[in-house]
Amino acid sequence: MFRQISDYLDGDLDAELKRAIEAHACGCHHCEVVVDTTRMTIKLYCDGTWYDLPIQVHQRLHAVLKSRCRDRMA
Amino acid sequence: MLEMARFTSSFRGCVAPRRTTKPRVLGHERSSNAMSETSPQAVEQTESALVTAAKGGDYDAFEQLVNRYEHKIYRLGLNITGNPEDAEDVLQETFLKAFENLPRFREDSRFYTWIVRIGVNQALMKLRKRRTDKSVSLDDPIEENGEIIPRDFADWAPNPEQQLGRTETREIMERAIQNLPLSFRTVFQLRDVEGLSTEETAETLGLTISAVKARLFRARLRLREDLAKFFKRG
Repeated sequence: MFRQISDYLDGDLDAELKRAIEAHACGCHHCEVVVDTTRMTIKLYCDGTWYDLPIQVHQRLHAVLKSRCRDRMA
Repeated sequence: MLEMARFTSSFRGCVAPRRTTKPRVLGHERSSNAMSETSPQAVEQTESALVTAAKGGDYDAFEQLVNRYEHKIYRLGLNITGNPEDAEDVLQETFLKAFENLPRFREDSRFYTWIVRIGVNQALMKLRKRRTDKSVSLDDPIEENGEIIPRDFADWAPNPEQQLGRTETREIMERAIQNLPLSFRTVFQLRDVEGLSTEETAETLGLTISAVKARLFRARLRLREDLAKFFKRG
């Protein structure tokens, strides 16, 4: 079951295997928790809101790009 | 019965989130409200128009593309290298390289996918330069014999960030991803954080699809186990 979780979360399983996993997991609290918390793990990392781009990093990037790219485009 | 009902509802439609994060821009540049209300198709059309304009010599258009994705490329650099200074180098080198190669960008993929590919290559090059033993490889044998078995079966709090606070949550997540082997971390970053498809991830990293899936499975479960220690309910 655990080996299939990743494919299950990606919707990459055929219908028969998907049904078999769901049938198993309906009576298995451990599997339910693993699926739900793996999905939460992905969601947490996918959600970029906890990453900030430091303003100084942004400013230095744009300064470098302006000096090395803008003049070549003009 | 109640347990089954809860399970069924939580299982229904449980496909991993893909490309759900909207392009985020710094507050001092422009409001993100307008962007967040546009459809993905409209965003892609806008992106395509910006790419065309940038190719035609419009620096402002190129700068808008940079504004749209700079924080994501910085995050990619940070997650792969684990070092803020290296992440900043990756960020600058990625956009400089994108600028140089823009005329050759054929637009057979999204601009974002193209730039993520440049970014991951820059990050891996940075790691190779940093490590004197030159041992950075994505072909590390995966632990075929070391089966990853979940050990923590406690429910998590519905919103760990509210439970622990933003800073602590971020530190826990950063530590967890840095604890992954590079070959797992890079696949997880491209597939789950950047939203590339399995095929795009395989092509970018020069791996087979089955290798991508095996690494992704292990990365997800190892991250889950690491985070479970902190995010469990109660």
